[in-house]
Amino acid sequence: MHIIENGNVAAALGVKLCRANVIAAYPITPQTPLTERLSEYVESGEMKAEYIPVESEHSAMAVCIAASSAGARAFTATSANGLLYMHEQIQWASGARLPIVMCVVNRAVGAPWNVWNDQQDSISQRDIGWIQIYCSDHQQIIDTVIKAFWIAEKVSIPIMVCYDGYILSHTYMPFDLPGQEEVDAFLPPFKPEYALNPETPANLNTVTLPDVRLDVQGELAHGYMEIRYLLQEELRTTLNVAAEAEKRFAEIFGRGSDPYIEPYRCDDADYVAVGLGSITYQLRVCVDALRKEGIKVGVMGVRFYRPFPDAAIANALKGKKGVIVFEKALSYGYEGALASDLKSALYEHLAGSGVLPFVQNFILGIGGREIRTDDLTQALRTATQGRVSTEPTWIGLKL
Amino acid sequence: MNKDFIEIRWHGRGGQGAITAAKIVAGAAFISGYEGVVMAPTFGTERRGAPVMTSLKISKKKIYDLSPIEIPDIVVVLDHLLLKEADVTHGLKPGGIIVLNTPKPYESYHFKDYRLATADITAISVEAGLPHGMVNTGIIGSLERATNLLGIDILIKGIEEEFSTRKPGKNSLAAKIAFERTVAGG
Repeated sequence: MHIIENGNVAAALGVKLCRANVIAAYPITPQTPLTERLSEYVESGEMKAEYIPVESEHSAMAVCIAASSAGARAFTATSANGLLYMHEQIQWASGARLPIVMCVVNRAVGAPWNVWNDQQDSISQRDIGWIQIYCSDHQQIIDTVIKAFWIAEKVSIPIMVCYDGYILSHTYMPFDLPGQEEVDAFLPPFKPEYALNPETPANLNTVTLPDVRLDVQGELAHGYMEIRYLLQEELRTTLNVAAEAEKRFAEIFGRGSDPYIEPYRCDDADYVAVGLGSITYQLRVCVDALRKEGIKVGVMGVRFYRPFPDAAIANALKGKKGVIVFEKALSYGYEGALASDLKSALYEHLAGSGVLPFVQNFILGIGGREIRTDDLTQALRTATQGRVSTEPTWIGLKL
Repeated sequence: MNKDFIEIRWHGRGGQGAITAAKIVAGAAFISGYEGVVMAPTFGTERRGAPVMTSLKISKKKIYDLSPIEIPDIVVVLDHLLLKEADVTHGLKPGGIIVLNTPKPYESYHFKDYRLATADITAISVEAGLPHGMVNTGIIGSLERATNLLGIDILIKGIEEEFSTRKPGKNSLAAKIAFERTVAGG
């Protein structure tokens, strides 16, 4: 059944369909309508879950950590400074291998204060051991929430489902609302390998020594380094689990695509625009316009950002003359994080071939600066004539 | 007007329900075969009474460009006083349509390059039994009279569904009366 709703409602409906047991959240624009909607579902009895209002995002994540440790399916959502305030707790969640799902409704971070969209918030949390998936429309938001719980619980790693604030969160568009029976068939109840139980008290994640040591049963237990190594290894194998999730999802819901990237008119393209989230859909309009001018260009959305699908990305960009990366965030002092990651993947997989495409990095839409489609087309057109600069080039800057 | 891709910009005041009105039209367009429907409010500074804008794009194909409307085919103005406060015709295509809620006579307006449609939705809505100032359903009737876009029946159905628990009959009546009484230029 198709409905017309905004992106926050798409996310809330996904969480309801997944029968999350515990929701803890603190309001922050533009995320607020998502968790408000969930609190309404819980209040009306439509959703059987514990909704725990908290006094901060730090506590929201602490509650999710506790709930998940006790075997509950836990969800939260935040944006911008709320996510940053969670920073200590979200690292705990991944280190403790808890399959929490969190929507990050992308918004600029202060200072200066700004409530509008860019992606500096989630990009700044790239290296903390969470899986990050970016969505480009409402169908992807609701479908990704559902897939996220399945993947997270399969690999015991938490997931951020990221989507652009306002541009997606507050915009209405049609999407197919999956049926409860289908979601139940896709996503079984959460059965953790280990859950806290008052009858068998235990300490979790206490001081873990630099070296391995014998545990209370006299068995050799991992040291801190082994535990962290396994997080990295299992994040890398999560790419395979994502492919499995996509296949299962397609079987049940009849919708499916490449789990890692979303290419559009890339096959015969000489130049490929790359980005995260809704910008890659806007770029499709630019690609269509430039194709009419005879410029062979395509666009590729990166859906899975962490773990980074480097092989799939490099394979898709093999033989291209140029890669043009559009980013709503950057690693201040260098360039866009995605541009750096792409260069790394290209070097790793294509350096041996002797042919590497140039990488042009555009920064745009920072703090919600309007991205005019004409300006975007012009930037893309210019970049297909050769790399504009070795430094990131800002679009729409009024200096 | 190219009916495969239509851009409608709504001007109202915070709290007036322009978003709900645009949502009703979006829903009716979708079930009429417009696969692409995108309704994007302007963001961040909404407060009661302040001028607000909403973009509604409807297309026979999926819409990938979510950026704000720059050259609308139609502008809908829920309060005639906004003509003085906001540049409501900004970017409007030559020959574009202005749908205006106003108590003033049609003849008192002179838009050179545009087609105007007017109705006193504020009075019509009170006549239909709605509280004073509730104009977001009546204006849909005027929009349909001015544009002949989707057919009044599907819009009436959309209004009654949206307001199923909040005076559906009175809301749809406002749209029906407005549809009858709207004065539209050729």
